[in-house]
Amino acid sequence: MSDPLLAIDGLTVRLEVRGARRAVLRDVALTVRAGEALGLVGESGSGKSMTARAIDRLLPRGAEVDGTIRFDGRDVHALSGPDLRRFRSQVAMIFQDPRAHVNPVRRIGDYVTEALRTNLGASPADASRRAADMLAQVGIEGGPRRLRQYPHELSGGMLQRVMIAAALLTEPRLLLADEPTTALDVTTQAEVMAILDELRHEYGLAMLFITHDLELAAAICDRTAVMYAGQIVEIRESGRLHDDPLHPYTAALAAARPDITRAAGRLRAIPGRPLSAFEAPAGECAFAPRCPHVRDACRAGPPPLAELGGGLSRCVRAHELRGKLGEPANA
Amino acid sequence: MNITVAAPPARRSRSLPGLRGTGVAGLASAAVIAVATIAAVFGPLLAPYNPDLPNLSLAWVGPVGGHLLGYDFQGRDVLSRLLAGAQSSMLGPLAVVILSMAAGAVLAVVAAWRRGAADAVISSGLDILFAFPGILLAVLATAIFGAGLTAAAIALSIAYMPYVARVLRGVALRERSQPYVAALEVQGSSATTICLRHIIPNMLPIIVAQATIMFGWAMVDLAAISFLGLGVQPPQANWGVMISENQTGILQGYPLPALSAGVCIVAVVIAFNVLGERLFERAQAARR
Repeated sequence: MSDPLLAIDGLTVRLEVRGARRAVLRDVALTVRAGEALGLVGESGSGKSMTARAIDRLLPRGAEVDGTIRFDGRDVHALSGPDLRRFRSQVAMIFQDPRAHVNPVRRIGDYVTEALRTNLGASPADASRRAADMLAQVGIEGGPRRLRQYPHELSGGMLQRVMIAAALLTEPRLLLADEPTTALDVTTQAEVMAILDELRHEYGLAMLFITHDLELAAAICDRTAVMYAGQIVEIRESGRLHDDPLHPYTAALAAARPDITRAAGRLRAIPGRPLSAFEAPAGECAFAPRCPHVRDACRAGPPPLAELGGGLSRCVRAHELRGKLGEPANA
Repeated sequence: MNITVAAPPARRSRSLPGLRGTGVAGLASAAVIAVATIAAVFGPLLAPYNPDLPNLSLAWVGPVGGHLLGYDFQGRDVLSRLLAGAQSSMLGPLAVVILSMAAGAVLAVVAAWRRGAADAVISSGLDILFAFPGILLAVLATAIFGAGLTAAAIALSIAYMPYVARVLRGVALRERSQPYVAALEVQGSSATTICLRHIIPNMLPIIVAQATIMFGWAMVDLAAISFLGLGVQPPQANWGVMISENQTGILQGYPLPALSAGVCIVAVVIAFNVLGERLFERAQAARR
């Protein structure tokens, strides 16, 4: 296996909240190979977006970062000035809310071609032509006319496609997609995901796909990482995640979702509420307070991320629970 | 931001595009400013008589045929002097506004962008500058550079800059925290590009409103400086100079020459303040 495009190791991020340093990420480790899609799944506050922000150096001021993030072998947090800008133009980010992330008073064309013109020195005519081509590829017809419109003239789904087009125009090597379809309605969501998936394969892009939708991540990503309380609790090939989960949290997430093929009664919610990294108990498994399979061993100390069946799991009982996690534990 | 779209077409055709939503008072103010601007540009050509030709036998003579506002203390036509004086009276504040806005905007954007230490240094520097009143700085400047419009304008620009910078810093900070700015950073755009192409243009409504209000202040202060004899030097025509020259007439029962210059200043200042106020309200409303 060649060197991964993106390698995160031991990433711990602490933010200053009302005078106290609080960890939002704890010992996050993951890799994305060139051309590979890695899903990053978790509840709100589990640290998914913070991981993406750490990769792109968008952390709030005063953030304290330990561990390393390497992109193409270079330490991202050591970059500055032109090197940092060059790195950023190789890593494109697609945000959750396209309307907030596009300057509302500039035309679509200005937005889409900005990076081409200012960072890669393309001529305005050339940039506009390529932008119109790219808009056609994301399914927006009438490119030249669209380029003259303002963001408020486009629907949310349309604007998200524009954002994808803008991200792909600079020919990045890694795409950070931070819940790109959460703000869209379901049919638009499916279209946007299809476009994203297709273009990603066409351009051979690596992608870190952040979502709270386990099924969606499993459907379009090669591997999926599950986060809980600022930690990665499981990394697995997407195809096996649902049928053969290695961590009780993954199983609980999957069970908390309605199954379209079965008429179920009540959905099985996870008891308790999701914890932020700094709220999670320090000397034991972070999921222990909510886990139906909890034993004394879980409280003995924080479990390591251990290899099992081709995946990684942060559960001390993963071995014995394997194969039984699909079932309700104490129903 | 959608205000321009939301405005019904009927209204759009009736008012000038830049003044939409400023109301009757806004339009009236714009008209006063337009008249003053025309006088400033074409004043010497419009003046019916030579504004600088004294005729002492006509001193303090009131309005007579053809001389609508009569003669001043040296027997010069007051209306002609008002028209000729518009130029220096308007040009001074314009220079002050441009200089102070430019310097203030740059400091504000630098402080908002860099935050941290740079922001602290700039903000406390501004606090120190706040302590100097404009007129005092102007007196100081004339002591160094000699009396004249240039020295007074530079001094006032420095005195106004902290006010501009403080208001714009807040606006720039808010703009800088917008998600689209983060998106641009992630795209690999340089700080200069983001500031010049996005942050400053998006601050323009507030900058224009602030500049308009500032113009009124500058006009009053410059007139006061000229009145004190430190700004525009007689016999050059200027509204502040005219009040100063003709002040004895007020006590002697010939108030028209001094008062007419005063009325010009007051009218233009009120017009700028009202229009600036309206533009500011509109800019604030558009942000919500």
